[in-house]
Amino acid sequence: MQIYLPIADLPVNVFVIFGMGLAVGFISGMFGIGGGFLMTPLLIFLGIQPAVAVATVSTHIAASSCSGAISYYRRRAIDVPLAGLLLAGGFAGTVFGVWLFTLLRTLGQLDITIGISYVLLLGVVGGLMVVESARAILRARQGKPVELRRPGSHTWVHGLPFKLRFKRSGIYVSAMPVLAIGCIIGFVGAIMGIGGGFLLVPMLIYILRVPTATVIGTSMVLTLVTMASATVLHAATNHLVDAVLALVLMVGGVIGAQFGARAGQRISGERLRLLLGLLVLAVGIRFGLEITLPPESLFTLRPLEGG
Amino acid sequence: MRPALAPILLAAAIAGAAEPAAAERLITSLSEHRVMVTSSFTGSELVLFGGIELDSGVLPLHGNYDIAVTVTGPRETVVTFRKERMLGIWVNYESRVFENAPSYLAVLSNRPLSAITNPETLRRLQLGLDHVSLPQRIEPVPADDLPGDVFRSAFLGLKSERGLYTQESNGVTFLTPALFRATIPLPADVLVGTYEVEAKLFSNGALIARTPSALELYKAGFEQFVTSSAQNHGLLYGLAAAAMAVLTGWFASVVFRRD
Repeated sequence: MQIYLPIADLPVNVFVIFGMGLAVGFISGMFGIGGGFLMTPLLIFLGIQPAVAVATVSTHIAASSCSGAISYYRRRAIDVPLAGLLLAGGFAGTVFGVWLFTLLRTLGQLDITIGISYVLLLGVVGGLMVVESARAILRARQGKPVELRRPGSHTWVHGLPFKLRFKRSGIYVSAMPVLAIGCIIGFVGAIMGIGGGFLLVPMLIYILRVPTATVIGTSMVLTLVTMASATVLHAATNHLVDAVLALVLMVGGVIGAQFGARAGQRISGERLRLLLGLLVLAVGIRFGLEITLPPESLFTLRPLEGG
Repeated sequence: MRPALAPILLAAAIAGAAEPAAAERLITSLSEHRVMVTSSFTGSELVLFGGIELDSGVLPLHGNYDIAVTVTGPRETVVTFRKERMLGIWVNYESRVFENAPSYLAVLSNRPLSAITNPETLRRLQLGLDHVSLPQRIEPVPADDLPGDVFRSAFLGLKSERGLYTQESNGVTFLTPALFRATIPLPADVLVGTYEVEAKLFSNGALIARTPSALELYKAGFEQFVTSSAQNHGLLYGLAAAAMAVLTGWFASVVFRRD
């Protein structure tokens, strides 16, 4: 069944879109991430303009992180003050990100910026995850104990001023790195159309030493709010959010996420991280090839606003 | 006043005489004048019927009729970027702005344009993809389009690839010597707006009649509502989209609640 997307100005098969929502939802439920880094490239691959894909995926991620956040809230697995402080930084980052997005679009450099950001970010994060999880798996095979948290190893981050105590997470940390992390996630999310869950969770664990119990729930709250505000800002400034596309994606996404979450519980943590790392790396490589291989056509057309 | 007007009228009469006085009239009719773009729009095909009518009592002066139909879509200003390799990465390097270029252009004829009339006439009428005027804005002065320009040919190539520019030398079919039919292909990603349709009648290489008409593409119903609210009420639209996302997420968490 074909459906015409009003903003993307393109007819698409509704079942293809729905299926993509299901598949990405499954993966996001399995790994506890938003899945934007998979959805945005898939939409671009379908022929949707990168700008529309980025803006619309932010709406989709808002929906999937919302259902996740609610269930984590019921289980009291959210550190509300920590989420609030991350959000303050996240909002500033989002505003700046949308501004840069608009500027790059007028300069004609948006698509390449999205491409390069994907290669760098996914390459680095995917690579680190693969190495880290492979080591963990090897260590487990050799029968050595798994070191998850090294309480003694404080870094320079813990020496920063303006310290705050976050009771639910049981950490005592400066407000500055919290704000900075929020800002980075908001910025990256607005430019790349990703929720940044796969980036935020390791940052919270390794930099702030947030315990596993509260990390995913808290990260989902941040994702929800930054993506909802990115939706509003993208819609208000660039008019690029395709609500029809977003709705089909999110319905598929929330259903897929339920099945993914069940599947994820049957796999060990290290294996899960290794799989996710490989997936992230693969998408990064795919983008890398796209911007380095000679393009099919050297020329591209883009309508000028208000022509 | 009156003596001053006479030479003008005379000049006009001479100019009029430059084109052969035609005994033929060209009558056209489109299968649809208004095309609705809905959620199921996957492109469309319109048919233009036309007849060559002779003035009553006059014997046909001309023979060898040829028809060329031009359909021009709403105009848009488009940037064409050219990628270049920098540090191993392909980036948009150079760009040209095509001002008020037709978003859609179909040139349909019953045989190749070059067989219908001479290049000079084609150029004067701006008929065909090779001759359509595509003014570029080259900073800082606006320049006219240069034939053989890479940006122009890239622009035409990309537009043709998407089916937005077409030139078909068998797009017009003569049903009888005086009755013809032209099929106008509209791909799925055409812009909404007014499309100008002009049929030209050639006889032995000379333009002897032309008949303009128009058709309109419009979005209706839900699509129209979504597009106009996205454009005109961006903030409200964004808030509604965000609210929709939150509601969907909340709904899912209620439906799939396991505890």
